[in-house]
Amino acid sequence: MWNPEKEQIPVLQLRKEQSENLKALIRRVYDRVPFYREKMNLHGITPDDINSIEDISKLPFTSKHEMRNVYPYGLLAVDRKEIVEVHTSSGTTGKPVVDAYTRKDIELWGEVMARTLGMGDVDSSDTVQNAYGYGMFTGGMGVHYGAHRIGATVLPASSGNSKKQLQLMQDFGTTVITCTPSYCLYLAEFAKDQGVDISKLGLKAGFFGAEPWSDKMRQDIQKKLGIKAFDIYGLTEIIGPGVAAECCEAEGLHFFEDHFFPEIINPETGETMPDGEKGELVITTLTKEGTPVIRYRTRDITYLMPEKCRCGRTMRRIHRLFGRNDDMMIIRGVNVFPSQIEELLLCIEGIEPHYQIVVDRKGMLDTIAVHVEVNETIFSDEIRKLEHLEKTIASEIHHTLGIHAEIKLVEPRSIARSEGKAKRVIDNRNLSIEA
Amino acid sequence: MIIKQLSIFLENRTGRIREIADLLARADINIRALTLADSSDFGIMRLIVDKLDAALKCLKENNISTALTSVVAVEVPDKPGGLAEVMSIISDSDFDIVYMYSLPEKKHNNAIMIMRFNNTEEAAGILKQHGLNILKQEEVLSL
Repeated sequence: MWNPEKEQIPVLQLRKEQSENLKALIRRVYDRVPFYREKMNLHGITPDDINSIEDISKLPFTSKHEMRNVYPYGLLAVDRKEIVEVHTSSGTTGKPVVDAYTRKDIELWGEVMARTLGMGDVDSSDTVQNAYGYGMFTGGMGVHYGAHRIGATVLPASSGNSKKQLQLMQDFGTTVITCTPSYCLYLAEFAKDQGVDISKLGLKAGFFGAEPWSDKMRQDIQKKLGIKAFDIYGLTEIIGPGVAAECCEAEGLHFFEDHFFPEIINPETGETMPDGEKGELVITTLTKEGTPVIRYRTRDITYLMPEKCRCGRTMRRIHRLFGRNDDMMIIRGVNVFPSQIEELLLCIEGIEPHYQIVVDRKGMLDTIAVHVEVNETIFSDEIRKLEHLEKTIASEIHHTLGIHAEIKLVEPRSIARSEGKAKRVIDNRNLSIEA
Repeated sequence: MIIKQLSIFLENRTGRIREIADLLARADINIRALTLADSSDFGIMRLIVDKLDAALKCLKENNISTALTSVVAVEVPDKPGGLAEVMSIISDSDFDIVYMYSLPEKKHNNAIMIMRFNNTEEAAGILKQHGLNILKQEEVLSL
């Protein structure tokens, strides 16, 4: 454990610290950030109304849309001279979201990422190959600072260039790999093609995030690489990676709630839900200086697990994400997350997580097709066996999700492998026009 | 008695067979027999080729799902009733044919049936016992 004193803080003391930090935060943003001051005024709230962490639910939410509207520096709560680094989201769907860090924020980032890597007992004897992208994206630098804090050797490989990745692993004796889970599987496949047994290279742990992935995918990664795979959670809007991470028990992700306060709300009504109930995750940065965020609506669906964890950490956990509000597809009125389909596919012997979901609308009806690559394990010389496989997949999906999906077997490597996030869903319905 | 056939998974899309034929041509592989089976969205191409290992290597290198399958090559007299005779042996022996296709035999004016059974090895034995000529791999290739 990287920081036992903080990570095992008694809950009462934690709540007290959170209360104090929240009060100071609200005072600070009210004084310095017009964006928050105006919103609070609009809701008839002053800093005097916030006296403990429970009062957080009085505060208005912040949406991604609002954060984009104040691009680039509208959330700045310090003098710009104090900012030492800036990251942004990709901005593929609009203006990017900006995260501006003071020197203290960078230290905080290093601390929470050191805790993250500490989940897998990473220490100064380890070599961390960081295959998250370096650049404006937060993944690369976040892991980098955490590994530095711990004193591990960092290989700043950045994303892509699989040949180089494999070479680095072999030459420098990488023990820890950090990348997106889909890239990790891609790399395992690549290694196999090159005749390299990646499970024999001495890797011990991997930290995977930035996209949803299922438990089956975890088992696949663990088996192929011979490592323990940890799920990590973070988002540019909050700090980047380092918001929550799985411990070795792998039953939910510990939320570093001394710095990032989690709430679960009903996404329809905005009402706060009790621990244990599923809803949308909302996060407040309690200690961040540069661009503090109040009650950010993540669109991520999960629930809080207040139970004490066997690992000894006292901070609450979130269940692994069920998907994003944004990812959720509504197929003929049924809510479907791509992760549910992935889980089902991976339960069928021999199927690898190379699939794509294509949603379309024919006439008035939504159709869903799942393309699955035929690998050597599932390929049969007999048509009826392949057709049987298609039927099995379709009936599993129908049985569990109540929707009829058309299953299409496709040739190996015909589904694009991204070296970053895998594109799992293609939605050809033009819903924005109809809505 | 058993000969090896290549089975290839193909998506139903324009030009795909040509791509496979080009690949094999570039690797200097001659196709002795070929059949295509199709469903609505994919097909299986079954081939008997002269250079099995080279063909397998070339297909795998190009990420094409390929399997080696055991089949039987039976010589059938090329005259009315020739096939019926062979079929009666098979149905009497209670074997199921999974698929079959034919190729001409140039030397003796006989036809060759390539057959896959639910139990190919046993079926080959039975056919042989009934006096049918079961061809070896090199015999099929030298036709």
